[in-house]
Amino acid sequence: MNLLFTNKLVAALLLLSLAGCAGPPLNNPYPRREEGKNILYSFFEQRPKHLDPAQSYSSNEVTFTGQIYEPPFQYHFLKRPYTLIPLTAVEMPTPIYLNAKGERLKETDPAEQVAFSLYEIKIQPGIRYQPHPAFAQDAQGRYRYHALGPKELDQISALGDFKQTGSRELTAEDYVYQIKRLAHPKTQSPIYGFMSDYIVGLKELAAALQQAQQKIEPGAFLDLREYPLSGVEIVDRYTYRIKIAGKYPQFIYWLAMPFFAPIPHEADRFYSQPGLIEKNITLDWYPVGTGPYMLAINNPNRQMVLERNPNFHGERYPSEGEPGDQQAGLLADAGRPLPFIDKVIFSLEKEGVPIWNKFLQGYYDSAGIASDNFDQAVRIGGQGNADLTEEMKEKGIRLVTSVETSTFYLGFNMLDPVVGGASESARKLRQAIGIAVDEEESIAIFRNGRGIAMQSPIPPGIFGYTEGEAGINRYVYDWVNGRPQRKPIEAARRLLAEAGYPNGRDAKTGQPLVLNFDTTGTGPEAKSSFDWMRKQFEKLNIQLVIRNTDYNRFQDKMLKGTGQIFQWGWNADYPDPENFLFLLYGPNVKAGKNGENATNYKNPAFDRLFEKMKNMENTPERKAIIDQMLEIVRHDAPWASGFHPKQFSLFHAWYQKAKPNLMANNTLKYAKIDPALRARLRQAWNKPVWWPVAILLAVLVVGTLPAVATYRRKERGTPPRRSP
Amino acid sequence: MIGYLIRRILYAVPILIGVNLLTFVLFFVVNTPDNMARMHLGMKRVNQEAIDKWKAEHGYDRPLLFNPAAEGSGKFTKTIFFDKSVKLFVFDFGPADDGREIGVDIQQRMWPSLAIAIPALVVGLLINITAAMLVAFFRATYIDFWGVILAVAMMSISSLFYIIGGQFVFSKMLRLVPISGYGDGLSALKFVILPVLIGLVAGIGGGLRWYRTIFLEEIGKEYVRTARAKGLSELRVLFGHVLRNALIPILTGVVVVIPLLFLGSLLTESFFGIPGLGSYTIDAINSQDFAIVRAMVFLGSVLYIIGLILTDISYTLVDPRVRLS
Repeated sequence: MNLLFTNKLVAALLLLSLAGCAGPPLNNPYPRREEGKNILYSFFEQRPKHLDPAQSYSSNEVTFTGQIYEPPFQYHFLKRPYTLIPLTAVEMPTPIYLNAKGERLKETDPAEQVAFSLYEIKIQPGIRYQPHPAFAQDAQGRYRYHALGPKELDQISALGDFKQTGSRELTAEDYVYQIKRLAHPKTQSPIYGFMSDYIVGLKELAAALQQAQQKIEPGAFLDLREYPLSGVEIVDRYTYRIKIAGKYPQFIYWLAMPFFAPIPHEADRFYSQPGLIEKNITLDWYPVGTGPYMLAINNPNRQMVLERNPNFHGERYPSEGEPGDQQAGLLADAGRPLPFIDKVIFSLEKEGVPIWNKFLQGYYDSAGIASDNFDQAVRIGGQGNADLTEEMKEKGIRLVTSVETSTFYLGFNMLDPVVGGASESARKLRQAIGIAVDEEESIAIFRNGRGIAMQSPIPPGIFGYTEGEAGINRYVYDWVNGRPQRKPIEAARRLLAEAGYPNGRDAKTGQPLVLNFDTTGTGPEAKSSFDWMRKQFEKLNIQLVIRNTDYNRFQDKMLKGTGQIFQWGWNADYPDPENFLFLLYGPNVKAGKNGENATNYKNPAFDRLFEKMKNMENTPERKAIIDQMLEIVRHDAPWASGFHPKQFSLFHAWYQKAKPNLMANNTLKYAKIDPALRARLRQAWNKPVWWPVAILLAVLVVGTLPAVATYRRKERGTPPRRSP
Repeated sequence: MIGYLIRRILYAVPILIGVNLLTFVLFFVVNTPDNMARMHLGMKRVNQEAIDKWKAEHGYDRPLLFNPAAEGSGKFTKTIFFDKSVKLFVFDFGPADDGREIGVDIQQRMWPSLAIAIPALVVGLLINITAAMLVAFFRATYIDFWGVILAVAMMSISSLFYIIGGQFVFSKMLRLVPISGYGDGLSALKFVILPVLIGLVAGIGGGLRWYRTIFLEEIGKEYVRTARAKGLSELRVLFGHVLRNALIPILTGVVVVIPLLFLGSLLTESFFGIPGLGSYTIDAINSQDFAIVRAMVFLGSVLYIIGLILTDISYTLVDPRVRLS
């Protein structure tokens, strides 16, 4: 009878299994109503801290703010080198240079004469904000939700609970308002300190706002329109002017970042209500912009959803790009209205395992490749070229790679008495270490080949980078068989001996040379990299001590200039060599000044050239100066070695328009998918499998039968009771 | 009993002050307000002026525990410790250092944590007790022997293995449930099945061993022999007498954790993308958000104290001989 029951159970489960094969996938994490819709699915691994464009600076934040807020300029999606084009502006501005007396200078006049630069920006009329309750007005034209009472607040828990919304036209005043917000004591913009050195009057405005805030009730609204900012002027409804101190041609790049996007004063007033702040309804969490998307669901603990902004002013897909874009199909949609996608759903994923599996199941449209999955996804050929594995190719997945505009390096503290300073001995020691630390090996072991060894601080794709033999660091590499080859270790040993440390020992004292590597790494991978680093120094008989501390202690060391050898990195703010070479500019040192020159390197010749180069256009003269600067840096070797990371991204067959743009942060509007193909493939890839469950249950049932039989036997009989 | 409860609640006040002080000291030994400001402002282009502004705006520009510049009681009240601690005692957690209201976040995140923790606790309790009873019933037989071996093997395996293995088998190979995610209302069901199942399987080993020991101890007592001598069935003896008398040690382990269920599980929630409270504190420690750390440690202490009080009360319910005085 029991056997009969088991058979029936197995049969039932097999039937269920067959039924499951025909139905929708059971492992689909999304509701059925979304099937076949024009929705892009993505993920975020860290919850964003700020969505206020005055505060947000991290890449995981601009993923959202970049689609919602529109600064006056943007990067062309396809063109390389990276090119700025108008976004809400009518045209690119030409800066006007003034001397200290306010007289206009010629563009060719020396930069030292320029006391101020003026940028006049004209925006397009007719651009409207997304629907938002901050703009809602009653019949009398009064703002409906700017003075919420307790009763109204009781019914509000999210922005979507407001029944009425409104909109209005974007004006120049909104851009000016946001620039003032950079100085607001409550906003705490990370770029305030930096920008206050450039934007005329920003410091004075910050002081005035600080005073004003102390006079008002805590939490009361401060209308920034009432506080003048001398360096920023509204010319007319659609035009504003920014005055910056001196000549800073790179300022235009900042105007393509969300820091300089417009904020309507209505939104600032609306969000300043304490009742809303207590419910986490703030400008920091509910953006209001003019971009192609608006944040429809904001739950940073689970899901962020961008939906098409019905008031979007419209933009067309670019009709020109770089050579090869036409063949790659990237111009097939030229002139078509943007955005292509209706909705973008970002889900919080903290672990790599679910991200990778969901991507393979078709529930994420694109993904990066973690080290654990690299071998499953990519095969590196004999020439170092990356190709997808058969498994990926069968699924129609595409691999897109690009070298990031970032530089990570092994640096020396130039204030250190052993490895630092301008002496011949210290320089040769640094050069020797530069040869010994095999960056190519490190990239192969620890990054699965995803990176290229550094020849100079400037990564590929940035003006000043030189391809081929002319671009190699001759102090570390030789040009052999058409590629750079690291100098033999004997060359490093020779340099070490010339530095006064023959065979890794101090020639005067005979003591072994002991150096310190300051780091913050934890975990098994960090330990392997430390062991690897020790081995690099052992090639020269140098003993390397790993001084591993927590992040705060490491920062303190860097700020005080007490570290010795360390690793550091920089992601480009904008595609200009100035943004990399300033990492070695003397007045920008880290120790004592909190600058970005972490090695505390100072070379007057380099600094003079930097000051000249930073104000120049991208001309052959500028390139020649950059080459001179790179020669100085390679010779002085404040950075031993380094690499530029290579980004590997995977895209499913239904994902179109995948061209990496590492400077732009508003590229979602160009993404395009084929939802029907996705639905078909998801169905094919995710058929449920029931039979192992049936077998498991059958085993459990069969396994309990002897126990049941034993129990029955015991209960029927009257065996003597045992003592436990 | 009322007097006992009031006394216990009053005892809790110095404990909570102590916990709060300890959290404060430990946190600020590792992190200075300058470090916190740098972490929140980002590492690029941040100067001392911006750091000072951040500290002033978030109330970290005062001395930590003692303010020598202040007058009278201000020496203690005009400090970061007093400023950040006093409101906790009325459960006003205030905003996190990134500006979000902690109370709102806790309210939002505790429900997904409970959606996993409550079924895992209730069903786990039923399964573990039943399995332990079964093993106790078949004591000194091959079922008992292999049951204990299996339990020891299961409790020796890391919970991470169960999670990754469960995801691999049920989500990737069999494709029966989503590998991670969460939904509102009933749609959450398909997301919680696997974490709950894994929680149950991971807990069986330890649970079975613990309850088996309790039951075996009870089975050896005189009243069990008397019950059997009366001719009661073994099931009746086990569930009617042994279980009831074994409730005090069971309650000791169970009731105390009930309030803590709100706090969720770090590993389970991270791997399954459950937006619960499990990772809230760890994320806050990583981002040096002292406001969240102190709030969560305080809440954890309060819930633990509540759990202990509830345990004491539950003793009186299951054993009429116990009186709280």
